[in-house]
Amino acid sequence: MTGMAPATKIENADPTCALAPVGLLAELTHRCPLQCSYCSNPLEMERPNTELSTSEWQSVMHQAGEMGVLQLHLSGGEPTARKDLEEILESAVKAGLYTNLITAGVLLNKERLQKLADIGLDHVQLSIQDVDPANADIISNYKGGAQKKREVARWVREIGLPLTVNAPLHRMNIENLPNIIDYAVEVGAERLEVAHIQYYAWALKNRAALMPTHEAFMKTVDIIKEAKERLKGILVFDFVLPDYYAKYPKPCMGGWASGLLSITPSGKVLPCHASESIPGLKFDNVKDKSLLDIWMEGNAFQAFRGTDWMKEPCRSCDRKEIDFGGCRCQAYALTGDATNTDPACSLSPFHEEWAKIADEEAHKEPPPVVFRRMGGAGKKDNIPQTEPAE
Amino acid sequence: MADDTKTKDQSDVRRTRLIVDAETKPILPRHIKLRHDKGRDVWLILAPERVYDPDDIAVEVLKLCDGKRSVTDIAKHLAEQYQAPKTEIANDIISMLQDLSDKGVISA
Repeated sequence: MTGMAPATKIENADPTCALAPVGLLAELTHRCPLQCSYCSNPLEMERPNTELSTSEWQSVMHQAGEMGVLQLHLSGGEPTARKDLEEILESAVKAGLYTNLITAGVLLNKERLQKLADIGLDHVQLSIQDVDPANADIISNYKGGAQKKREVARWVREIGLPLTVNAPLHRMNIENLPNIIDYAVEVGAERLEVAHIQYYAWALKNRAALMPTHEAFMKTVDIIKEAKERLKGILVFDFVLPDYYAKYPKPCMGGWASGLLSITPSGKVLPCHASESIPGLKFDNVKDKSLLDIWMEGNAFQAFRGTDWMKEPCRSCDRKEIDFGGCRCQAYALTGDATNTDPACSLSPFHEEWAKIADEEAHKEPPPVVFRRMGGAGKKDNIPQTEPAE
Repeated sequence: MADDTKTKDQSDVRRTRLIVDAETKPILPRHIKLRHDKGRDVWLILAPERVYDPDDIAVEVLKLCDGKRSVTDIAKHLAEQYQAPKTEIANDIISMLQDLSDKGVISA
């Protein structure tokens, strides 16, 4: 009994439920007080006045429970920026969803966290930018975040909720990995997610400032290996590798439209949170259609479901149902064709050059980052560079 | 790497590893949910950012993990039910629960 149970592979199931997604990522809002330059939100973020209403989100939760979704990830932006988070959570709990709050923590107070726990929140995932407060401020372009997050971590423990610390890793904090591990132990977290950032959207725009060297990356592999053994039974590790330095691509989303779906603040339903970067896909909105119809038949979901869409080298590859050709968004962003093999794969004709560029960038002086903010990305062809944090 | 001296004042929240033995009284923590999924017709364990699909034996054991029964009690119960040697069952349960505990699914 290990890993995720892919709903698609469970036999004897009700036909609809057998195909139902295991997880739903609900991006309640794109508002966030932090401006991390590797944010996974799209470059063009959705404005607050386009966000779904309380009752629309509540309907989504009800539908998700009905169709067999198991886990709900309340995310953003910063989900606690929604004043009606409590009401949305209540609907999710009522629908039987396992609820996970993915938060930067800085907008929370203990009373609100207690209230969320009382409603039935199952788990908190708290992000940290670095253990060094000054560096955390620089990375997030937000002052005093680190101290506040430590406080939030303490409240989570005092209230008795389980805690995952999530530390996205990149060139600006990679040297502090041992201290990040110590931090997770100190605050009493059950889990530590150390995720080398994935280079889409903001992170792709800022790749030259964020990409670690191959040497620095390899060091993190050893550090995690040692810590896993030392902290067995104390801290569970989730370690996400950077696919720029991998041999095979990661099985993105466990296969397109296979086990996960994502909903944007305005109600667009996506096969993955980055999929809007692929032109030509048509995304349905929960305001117009049922979540089940969208999941089963929506254009964007059908586009790369299964393996029929694949070209070579994927089509004849014996790994095609292991990694599903990797990430469609990355294939599009870096090769101009979403049906190409993800260049993270060593079998991709783009792989060699691509990995070389990354390592070259990593050895150069980093350019200033473009902070994540509404309208901050500028035009696609003309990438403006803003000043770093004061 | 780990500097144990600098945070002694916070040692109260640090977790320790549970070593499962015959006397351990295992329990599923509040945030771990063992549930039968009607639509999929399977037992599932819902955990932070994970879904596990336990096999039939694991399900039987987990149903008995109520924080009151010890591993020995659970082994005795299952030994009677399945007419199997108690010691062998107890050893299997210990190794299974140790694995689950290391994954954060069981506490005591």
